[in-house]
Amino acid sequence: MKSKIVLFVVCLIIWLGLNWPINPQWLAAGVLVSGFVAMITGDMFMRRPHIVVHIKRYFWLLVYFLVLLIEGIRANIDLAYRVLHPDLPINPGIVKIKTKIKTAVGLTLLANSITFSTGACAVDIDQNKGYIYVHCLDVESQNIKAATELIAARFETILQKAFE
Amino acid sequence: MPEIGRLLIIIGLFFNFIAILSLLRMPDVYTRLQAAARSVTLGTGSIMLGVFVCQGFSATGFKALFVTAFLILICPVCVHALAKGAYKSKVKLADESVCDQYQEDLNI
Repeated sequence: MKSKIVLFVVCLIIWLGLNWPINPQWLAAGVLVSGFVAMITGDMFMRRPHIVVHIKRYFWLLVYFLVLLIEGIRANIDLAYRVLHPDLPINPGIVKIKTKIKTAVGLTLLANSITFSTGACAVDIDQNKGYIYVHCLDVESQNIKAATELIAARFETILQKAFE
Repeated sequence: MPEIGRLLIIIGLFFNFIAILSLLRMPDVYTRLQAAARSVTLGTGSIMLGVFVCQGFSATGFKALFVTAFLILICPVCVHALAKGAYKSKVKLADESVCDQYQEDLNI
C-alpha cells in the first residue's frame, strides 16, 4: 500500500512538472491517471517503502548529488586533458573492486556514479560476492583493496547511509 | 539570467566536442564508451540546464530539467549494458591494456 502511495506522488509530480502552469482540468486528469497507474503497478515500484519517511536519507541523497556533480566535472576535465594531449596518455584495463553495498538500488547507483564520475566504467556486477568489474581509462592499481579505495570509496559510504 | 544560460550551453557544447574527439582518437570500444558515458552526459546535461536557466519555471524549463535528470540516470546504464554486451560478444581490449581481471574470473 505504501509503495502505491509513493508511486502515485512521483507520477503526479512528474505530470504536474510536464504541464507546469497548473490548471484544475489537468490536475484532475493527472490525479485520475496517476491513481490508475499506481493501482495497477504500485506493488512493483519499491521493495522497502518504509525508507521513504527517513529524513536523514534525503540529506545524504543531497550530499551524494553534490559529490557526484563535483567529481563528474573533475573527471570530465581529466578526460578532456587526456584526449587533447597529443600523446593520448591512457593506460586502460579491467580491474575488480569489492563493495559492501547489497541492495539493488544502491548497487545501481554506485555503478552509475562510477561510470559518470571517476576514470572508470562499470562492465559487470556480481551481486552475490559484491564484486564490480570496472574498465579503467588509467589503471593506477591492480590490487582489489587499493582499487576500491581509489574508485568506489567516496560514493560507497554516502550510498550506504542513503540506501542501506 | 540568459547570460548564465548561454554560458552553460557553451560549456555543454565544449564537452560534447571533447566526446566526439575522443570517439575518433580512442583505440577500442571500451575507451570510446567511457567518453560517451562521461562527456556526453555532462555536456548534454549542461545544455539542458542552460535551457532551463534561460526559460525559467515554465513548461519548457521543467521538461529540460526532467531530461537532465533522466539523462544522468539512464546514460550510464546504457553504457554499462553496451560494455557488457561488447564483452560477451568477445570484443578484444586494445593492445595498450595492462590487465583484464574479468577474464581471469570468467575462466575459473
